[in-house]
Amino acid sequence: MLSIKNLHASVEGTPILRGINLEVKAGEVHAIMGPNGSGKSTLASVLAGREEYEVTDGEVIFQGKDLLDLAPEDRAREGVFLAFQYPVEIPGVSSTNFLRTALNQVREYRGLEPLDAVKFLSLMKEKMALVEIDQKLLSRSLNEGFSGGEKKRNEIFQMAMLEPTLSILDETDSGLDIDALRIVSNGVNKLKSDKTATIVVTHYQRLLDYIVPDYVHVLYKGRIVKSGTKELALELEEKGYDWIKEEVDSATV
Amino acid sequence: MSTLTQQDTFQAFLAASPSNFPSVRTTGKESFISQGLPAVKAEEYKFTNITKKLESSIQNFSPALPLAVSAEQVKSALIEGFEGDVLVFSNGSFVPELSSKIEGVEVSLLSGKEDTALGSIAKPNKDVFAALNQASFQDGIFISVPKKAQIEKPILLLSFNGANAGQVVQPRVWIQVGDFAEVTFLDQSVSLGEQSYFLNKVVEIKGGINSQINYYRIQNEGKNCVEVSNIETDIQKDAKFTSVNLSLSGDMVRNNLSLNLLGSNSEGNMYGIYLLNGKSHVDNHTNVDHTIPHAESNELYKGILADQSRGVFNGKIFVRQDAQKTNAFQQNNNILLSEDAIVNTKPQLEIWADDVKCSHGCTVGQLDEEALFYLQARGIDKLTAKGLLLYAFAGEVLEKIEEESFRNYAVGLIQDRLGSKF
Repeated sequence: MLSIKNLHASVEGTPILRGINLEVKAGEVHAIMGPNGSGKSTLASVLAGREEYEVTDGEVIFQGKDLLDLAPEDRAREGVFLAFQYPVEIPGVSSTNFLRTALNQVREYRGLEPLDAVKFLSLMKEKMALVEIDQKLLSRSLNEGFSGGEKKRNEIFQMAMLEPTLSILDETDSGLDIDALRIVSNGVNKLKSDKTATIVVTHYQRLLDYIVPDYVHVLYKGRIVKSGTKELALELEEKGYDWIKEEVDSATV
Repeated sequence: MSTLTQQDTFQAFLAASPSNFPSVRTTGKESFISQGLPAVKAEEYKFTNITKKLESSIQNFSPALPLAVSAEQVKSALIEGFEGDVLVFSNGSFVPELSSKIEGVEVSLLSGKEDTALGSIAKPNKDVFAALNQASFQDGIFISVPKKAQIEKPILLLSFNGANAGQVVQPRVWIQVGDFAEVTFLDQSVSLGEQSYFLNKVVEIKGGINSQINYYRIQNEGKNCVEVSNIETDIQKDAKFTSVNLSLSGDMVRNNLSLNLLGSNSEGNMYGIYLLNGKSHVDNHTNVDHTIPHAESNELYKGILADQSRGVFNGKIFVRQDAQKTNAFQQNNNILLSEDAIVNTKPQLEIWADDVKCSHGCTVGQLDEEALFYLQARGIDKLTAKGLLLYAFAGEVLEKIEEESFRNYAVGLIQDRLGSKF
């Protein structure tokens, strides 16, 4: 589904990603872990098409298409979804109007009829139940005045509405208490299928108790330096990242 | 002294003023002569070089005669869903045959109302263009809403303006609203033709005790309209005045909007949006005068500027020594959409009283890139995403328009301009 080859990216001339290789197949969950500043969020942002990041080398093929060639909105319409680490508050834009505009543009791209108000609302109701989000939140401006947990839950709600093929969760667990973590994870798990894939970018092993990964990758200095199964995450939790850093740093010297 | 005013044509223009309101006109003329057109460095016109603009686009200073306006033109200019009465003007002259008879409201030509205290609200010594209008307006309209009258339907002041190069249109409007009366005015202009002209408008509004007045205005004139307007309102105790001003185009536009709160518990609201592109230049100078205790004023102007457009905002709030317990708020926010757009903003508060609640502030910024990316990342194309964000920015002002058809019309104009419907 997703094939990343030798991906290099920089911000304002500073290289952040220095050759990422990653293959993700339908039905899989990949966790990307790593110490602060290793490039985890950059990878998520580059995949979603954030403009500040300049791709200097490599390629990303998503379902046969060159993802890096597409505008952010077209990536979303193709089925890539980024759950933001810091969802943006947008005063004056109603959550409902925003979602309906987004959903109908995505549907149009996929050759589907736009949803009318009635069908849209019933879909919203169904998905709200799935991620246990309160209707009151959605009658407000987008994310405005939401708590950290509410914002993250809203991300998963949007994901449920847009039904992406590839979901990238960028530190969705950070700042969540255990209840919110459980609700968010349940939402993600319910949305998983053998046709979709998930990339979970996280700092902590805790989230992976709920969203169980098939593969765990450790990102350090812009490269995937170690890959393994969920046991690798447990090992990292216990031992920290230093042993990996030492391994890598001594190998490069 | 400007060269324009020394020209024979200009002198002839002043000399040829109608003979009615002789003392009013004399005062206007004297005031005009003593002030002269604003010099390049005149503080009040610092960012809006109106004199230079007039010199370059007005070659022949003469009054524009009324143009023929048809019933079809009126009909097609009407806002969709508008239900109310219409007063039609052509180059400032009232067109009774196309206008409604408004039940319960007196409407007549100013020339038939010579005892009207013209210039007592929009004083000629406060602005040279108010003085010019007062000296040389052709005729105007007198509108009186009697005591306790509740005019449920809005009154549309629909002006058709257009002239040969260098002509001058000088509408003069007097509105008096009696005690406990309620009324809503919509002020809308339509430009006819492509030629440059100078629109110099004065509106005086006198609100009685506990009166409620809404004055909504859309400026969507042609790209060749040079405009100065002086709209000034006096309100008495317990009265409420709300103005919403939308500026969408024009070559150079200067709005002087002033409000004098003359009675306790009065409330004045001034809201505005300027949404500009091309080379449009719009300058909003507002003035709120708190003279008595326990009055409130709220002001919010928002600007969205594209291309090489320029916006100017200058908001003055005076809180006089007697005006204790005043609440006065003022805010001006701007979004610049291009490198070449300019905004000059200056919020000003002058407070002599010591027990008041006042705030003012201004911001100038760009569209929030992070918010734009967030919307795009959900599948919304860039143009629509920009439109959503800008519309949200303007929405805080739009929601102040209580008259639904006018609000919808304003929303439509703004969405058209932003290039997207949502």
